[in-house]
Amino acid sequence: MLFAGHEPARANNVVSSSPSAPPRQHTSRPIVTGTSVLGIKYKDGVMLAADTLASYGSLAMFKDVQRISKTGSYTLVGASGEMSDYHAILRKLEGLERDNLNANDGFEHSPVEIYSYLRAVMYQARNKFNPLWNSLVVGGYKDGKAFLGSVDLRGTAYEDDVIATGFGAHLALPIMRAKWHADIDEGEARALLEDCLRVLFYRDCRALDMVVLSKATADGTLVSDPYKIETDWSSASFVVPKAGEDGDGGW
Amino acid sequence: MFRSQYDTDVTVWSPQGRLLQVEYAMEAVKQGSACLGIVGEGCVVLAALKRQPNELSGYQRKLLKIDEHMTIAVAGLNADARTLAKTMRTECLNHRYVYGAPLQGARLVLDIADKYQRCTQMYVRRPYGVGLLVACVDATGPHLYETCPSGNYNEYVAVAIGARAQSAKTYLEKHVDAFKGCGVDELCKHALKGLAGCVAGDKELDAASASLAIVSFDAAAGEAATQIIEDGDVQKYLDTVEIDAAAAQAENMAVDDAPAADAMET
Repeated sequence: MLFAGHEPARANNVVSSSPSAPPRQHTSRPIVTGTSVLGIKYKDGVMLAADTLASYGSLAMFKDVQRISKTGSYTLVGASGEMSDYHAILRKLEGLERDNLNANDGFEHSPVEIYSYLRAVMYQARNKFNPLWNSLVVGGYKDGKAFLGSVDLRGTAYEDDVIATGFGAHLALPIMRAKWHADIDEGEARALLEDCLRVLFYRDCRALDMVVLSKATADGTLVSDPYKIETDWSSASFVVPKAGEDGDGGW
Repeated sequence: MFRSQYDTDVTVWSPQGRLLQVEYAMEAVKQGSACLGIVGEGCVVLAALKRQPNELSGYQRKLLKIDEHMTIAVAGLNADARTLAKTMRTECLNHRYVYGAPLQGARLVLDIADKYQRCTQMYVRRPYGVGLLVACVDATGPHLYETCPSGNYNEYVAVAIGARAQSAKTYLEKHVDAFKGCGVDELCKHALKGLAGCVAGDKELDAASASLAIVSFDAAAGEAATQIIEDGDVQKYLDTVEIDAAAAQAENMAVDDAPAADAMET
């Protein structure tokens, strides 16, 4: 029986003493997933990019999903992996924001603190053998310092100048590392991220050409509206069917 | 002997609209030995007067480090202060684990004030008989808070609590304009001068009874650091202050007549 104000436990986490009740179930695989999130530090701050697709297995199911969000005044959080788990994480971050608002003491969590908090949240869930199935990218800018870090579903956390999750770790990261330098400006950073997104769209079958770009700078955080990136399919390997076989050149 | 009918537990109001148990607890704070705090430029200084319960015993410590960026001074029942300090230390440590950063003083003081408040509304408990001065330097700068058994708390630029604290308060009120922009050394001098007036009888402030805590931003470490100065180390600071306890006391004729508190061993 549910009482008013009594929140039901997470359905798959219910411990029941009744022998007829189904056994305790944990998340053992993601269902609706987002693919890569990219992040780089640049001269004026941090830039994050991701496409807007949420796949249901190999089906491109939801094509207008925001995978990068603002939290507080200084921080951006992007996620690949299970989208419902990402929404649960966002709800926790909203709670954090609300607590700061209620305290009304002028304090807000810095990007590093949000990164550290998410690390603790992800690690605690994994210790319950019920991980939040995401790779998160945290970017932010506060007190003249840019921050970029990543946390995965096991609570493994690291900071770097360039970060890519999911397929991007294989396809985009080498490009980003080759082209990145410490005083890269906003235009170059944006071009680099769009190049990477393009490569991902060409080669990652769970990616989309609808993308969102976001940045955290001294002026605060900004998340763009979704827009389509230019693609060029005139490349011989796209035009000429593979190995001379008939077909669309796909695999 | 007359005894009030309304003071047997905290859930009973007196007809005057008072909670006598809570007021008695506030009285316990006034009987504890004095301590004071001052906020300066990017730093906070606490000073406390330690008591020796017995000629052969050591002095009761009054300054407790909570975290790198936070220290408290206590007046009242020391045993009650210990449980509060334990809670505060645990909270600070947990916050450091989760957020990788020091806890905001205001948030912790609010939690502690709520802990005090619960005891003023439940008949199975008694109020805490201790007042705290919380000094911290956090993301929003230096702060000094006072908590008391009623569950009230306030932020101050300078404050004193405990026996004969009125003397220190008078000193602080007189010099409050000087504290703004004060560095650690100047602040320590003011703190000891303020404390000198709180010494009982014809005794003088000495290295054995005085103690100092400095919470300030350590630029080298990139975060706030606490330094507690006690015993022989205080002498250096005492030497820099010409303490004329008699003059300080004469200056403040309005000193409250604090009752003898020896039995409390606070």
